[in-house]
Amino acid sequence: MIEDLDGTGGADGPPPAAVSPSTRSSPGGLSGNYAIELQGISKRFGAVLANRDIDLRVERGTIHGIVGENGAGKSTLMSILYGFYQADSGKVLINGSPVSIHNSRDAIASGIGMVHQHFMLVETFSVLENVMLGAEEHALLSRSAADARTELQRLADQYQLSVHVDTLVSELPVGEQQRTEILKALYRHAEILILDEPTGVLTPQEADQLFRVLRALKARGVTIILITHKLREIMDITDTVSVLRMGEMVAHLNTSETSMSELAELMVGRKLESKSYHREVPLPADTEVGIEVVDLGVIDSRGKSRLQNLSFTVKRGEILGVAGVAGNGQSKLLEVLAGITPPTSGYFVINGHRISADKPGNPSLMRQYKVHHVPEDRLKLGLVKAFTAAESSVLGYQRAAQFNWRGLLQLDFIRNACRRLMDAFDVRPVDPRLKSASFSGGNQQKLILARELEKAPDVLLVGQPTRGVDIGAIELIHDKIIDMRDAGCAVLLVSVELDEIMSLADRIIVMFEGRIVAEVSGREADKTQLGLMMANAHQTAAGDAAA
Amino acid sequence: MSLNTSSIPLPGWIEIGVIPVLNILMALFFAGLIMLAIGVNPLQAVGIMINGAFGYDEAVGYTLYYTTNFIFTGLAVAVAFHASLFNIGGEGQAYIGGLGVGLVFLLLDDFLPAVLLIPIGIMAAGLFGAAWAFIPAWLQAYRGSHIVITTIMFNFIAAAIMVYLLVNVLIKPGQMSPESRLFDESAWLPFMHEFLGWFGVEITRTPLNLSLFFALTCCLFVWIYIWRTRWGYELRTAGHSEDAARYAGIRPRTVIVSAMCLSGALAGFVAVNEIMGVHHRLLLNFTAGYGFTGIAVSLMGRNHPVGIIMASLLFGVLYQGGAELAFEIPKITREMVVAIQGLIILFSGALALMLRPWVVRLYLRFKSVEDVVPA
Amino acid sequence: MDAFSGFFAILDATLRVSTPLILAAMAGLFSERSGIVDISLEGKMLASAFAAAAVAAVTGSAWLALAIGILVGVALALVHGFACITHRGNQVVSGLAINILASGLTVVLGIAWFSQGGQTPSLGSDARFMPLSLPLTDAAREIPVIGQFYGDVISGHNLLVYVSWLVVFGTWWVVYRTRFGLRLRAVGENPLAVDTAGLSVSGLRYSAVAICGALSGIAGTYLSTAQNAAFVREMTAGQGYIALAALIFGKWRPLPAMSACLMFGFLDAVAIRLQGVVLPVIGEVPVQAIQALPYVLTVVLLAGFIGRATAPKAVGTPFLKER
Repeated sequence: MIEDLDGTGGADGPPPAAVSPSTRSSPGGLSGNYAIELQGISKRFGAVLANRDIDLRVERGTIHGIVGENGAGKSTLMSILYGFYQADSGKVLINGSPVSIHNSRDAIASGIGMVHQHFMLVETFSVLENVMLGAEEHALLSRSAADARTELQRLADQYQLSVHVDTLVSELPVGEQQRTEILKALYRHAEILILDEPTGVLTPQEADQLFRVLRALKARGVTIILITHKLREIMDITDTVSVLRMGEMVAHLNTSETSMSELAELMVGRKLESKSYHREVPLPADTEVGIEVVDLGVIDSRGKSRLQNLSFTVKRGEILGVAGVAGNGQSKLLEVLAGITPPTSGYFVINGHRISADKPGNPSLMRQYKVHHVPEDRLKLGLVKAFTAAESSVLGYQRAAQFNWRGLLQLDFIRNACRRLMDAFDVRPVDPRLKSASFSGGNQQKLILARELEKAPDVLLVGQPTRGVDIGAIELIHDKIIDMRDAGCAVLLVSVELDEIMSLADRIIVMFEGRIVAEVSGREADKTQLGLMMANAHQTAAGDAAA
Repeated sequence: MSLNTSSIPLPGWIEIGVIPVLNILMALFFAGLIMLAIGVNPLQAVGIMINGAFGYDEAVGYTLYYTTNFIFTGLAVAVAFHASLFNIGGEGQAYIGGLGVGLVFLLLDDFLPAVLLIPIGIMAAGLFGAAWAFIPAWLQAYRGSHIVITTIMFNFIAAAIMVYLLVNVLIKPGQMSPESRLFDESAWLPFMHEFLGWFGVEITRTPLNLSLFFALTCCLFVWIYIWRTRWGYELRTAGHSEDAARYAGIRPRTVIVSAMCLSGALAGFVAVNEIMGVHHRLLLNFTAGYGFTGIAVSLMGRNHPVGIIMASLLFGVLYQGGAELAFEIPKITREMVVAIQGLIILFSGALALMLRPWVVRLYLRFKSVEDVVPA
Repeated sequence: MDAFSGFFAILDATLRVSTPLILAAMAGLFSERSGIVDISLEGKMLASAFAAAAVAAVTGSAWLALAIGILVGVALALVHGFACITHRGNQVVSGLAINILASGLTVVLGIAWFSQGGQTPSLGSDARFMPLSLPLTDAAREIPVIGQFYGDVISGHNLLVYVSWLVVFGTWWVVYRTRFGLRLRAVGENPLAVDTAGLSVSGLRYSAVAICGALSGIAGTYLSTAQNAAFVREMTAGQGYIALAALIFGKWRPLPAMSACLMFGFLDAVAIRLQGVVLPVIGEVPVQAIQALPYVLTVVLLAGFIGRATAPKAVGTPFLKER
């Protein structure tokens, strides 16, 4: 029953666009053994075919992984299963019988439970209220609450899912919020549990705990579908795995018979050449410093410490990578250096200008100091969706003398300048009058890079440069960043993609809860070790090893 | 197959031409139903209204006089809208703008010549209107209170202040009705019939005065400001995304305050037309709901000066034609226009996208999806 | 005793003038707690007041008037719902449209039907909700102060005043003690969570908006058939907005909102009494200052100078399921 990987992993040339999914997982026996079965699911958004003729079968009581790049169609598929979208064609079978799922209620009735990437919790409610919402048996709250409390206790004991039932969700740590979501599903008698990128916001310890829970659920016969782009998780916990690429299922495999590198190849559709951009010759020791951060701290308006005692330097002609699990202060650091948020303690000297709590900067001032910023969230910060490309191409430079004449914006000049940027950075379509929102993610990102790099910055702050960007554009973006480095620019690169940081950065600092917990050289960095550092577990691990 | 029509772009002429007109037709259709319900033939009513608004030059004068007010308040709402602020306070700002004109003229009209009085009056109207918008704006920007609620409250507070001042302070001594004394003629903005008379053109006496030209100048100014200056660029950026504004070095708070002040000043200019141009004294309720009509005008005109001029003209027709209608048909009152205004706000504003899916489907029958959606 | 009777008279008037505010504030509470901003309380009250007075004038039945008043309130609420829930229109714009429509239409129809300059014919006592004397009023009068309070302040109101008190208690009970209340609060905070829990966001919001319409309907009916004996044009005179202010003042909770209504009502009752009275130290207080006080206080509260009012998180944002 085992088929070969027809061309999907072929080293030479791109694979054919449409291949029949290679199937190496045992198809089981009767269809009744499948908890869930998809037949020929297609979904189109406008001209984009988000899902094309997707087949999937998951055996009852197994953990099935679905991997794919951003935009491969994973979320669309799951949204169809949970009734957010209706498929244009195809069938869904639960326990062998066809079902039609039009909304969440149908999905719940079919025994499907879903843990969304962004939790669906009412923050002002307690865990108990969140769990029973929509599943209250009685019109009176007190009776429903008593029932729910008993049932929650039972579930918590059964699956080691301890939560503080009466605590407000807003006061819970992320891991416990996620457990609340799982409890919600179980409380509704879910037999199929779908988790969408569940570890993105978790520390490795919390992730381990999650996986223990998932194994316990599997042991009780719950079927689990895990959507992720983290291959290690797939290898760790799943029984079978499917690979989505550009809306199509390209493989169904038994996890034990595949490898991370095979999955990675299937995901991207070609051999990944892990290109290293590191400098051949190290920078001379007396190279000028572009960014010097000394004892920097930020306490937010709620009194929570976001950055603590950060000190580091970035030399000109150097890329400093900042690694860390999302939400550990990297974004704040970018904001502070870009002048958006003022520091509350310490100071930094950027391109010779000292910024501190007493003498805060602002984004316009930083731009004058030739500090340019490619923001992490391009749709929220980097451009204005409703603006034309030309208008977005001067965002942040709207006051620059070259674009203004006697108080009036020089629109023709701006359009022509935008066209030149688009040509230089291969932004397509080359139409300055097109709305910014009409460009693909990669082209939006290239436009922003073009805007910031073209001004020849002395210091470049880059956040998640390739998030949600198509593969073709990634290389161009990386090359452009390297060009800046070679031109003598000090680059601070924040990314959650470890591969990206490891291949671009000369040095890497690792952030955890607003502090720097480690620094390593880019050339010597090891992914596992970085992972431990990101969880601030490397010292303990080292301690264990020493003991 | 379910079709997500909102993601399908339509050509500009449908988006800004066909759909708004369909929305207005919907509103007028329901207005027609109301007329039928009270036993009036809507077609006859439309005839009377159009004749009443355009049929003779006095009618045209009145129509344009109303139009002037709506341009001011429509622009006021539109400027705030571009900064993503909903200024419901145009009524109060216009009222307080009138106070500004009144105070300045009551103090100065004996001493200064017209060449000084008129610019000072215009500035007073704008400054007082802006000041009345500044407080809610500041509260929203620096204290986080919601501008919709505060501007509503400020309308009532403005009304209370004006009643108090006119009844107790500014009233002309020895008079019963709460009005100030008449200003000196040097403070009067020339009427259109006077102005044209200087060039030998004879038209009928109407309240129409030179503030119409001022209103059109304001349209030009707003268009340049919003789309052709960096301040307008910054205002629109902050309106679309506060985060993007902050990233671009724009202070959203400054934008909130400046956009509202500009908006308030434009609303205050209603007093230029009403107080300086027509009544020549300060009196109660001269704003007569024009501030609220500005919301309908701005929605209909899609926040663009050209659209606002057209929408203002339509409302001018409705007001003047409506007055004529009430005169001709006893069963109908001027409030019919208020009801129509409500319907227009409903269909052009709150239900603006109701017909869009239908239009998209119709459009797609002529074009395939692949033609319409960029890949 | 005289000091008391004067004070009791003010309290008595307070209850009378705060009743429509309380009903409207509870109406707004349901709507806003579900995530729908409602500035159209004013318009719904006005339209209901007109409809109720018209029906009472024609049929002579106060009960039928109440039924129609409620019906009109619900109908306008459903228009608001249709615009805001089904078509995800701007909630402030929709509310404003309803206010303006009601303001115009009540006069247009009033003149067309009754030819009395926009008023409806005066209602006889059968067609109105008349004051009720609560049991033991006379007996209680013998007890000093408390009995007098019972007789002068508590007793002697019309049925709808007492209904409004029940409505406050009922609102509290529904919002905090029932399944519907839990869902209502949830949908105003995070509609997506409600949707993924298998509930209909639209269904919940439509029910909330309909309840809001019914309560505004009672408030309007009270104005024209209980507090007054006819509909007068613009008779709501901003009370819908005051109710909204009271709702904010009460931080979207039933009992504090009711207290705010009573406070605003008290100010109103005092304002009438203070007209032309010269107070020691302060001098003559302009009646306009007291009338504007609810608005000023609300602005001050919203500005966070006296506590902070946090609205339901999802209020004002249409629910968009497909991204």
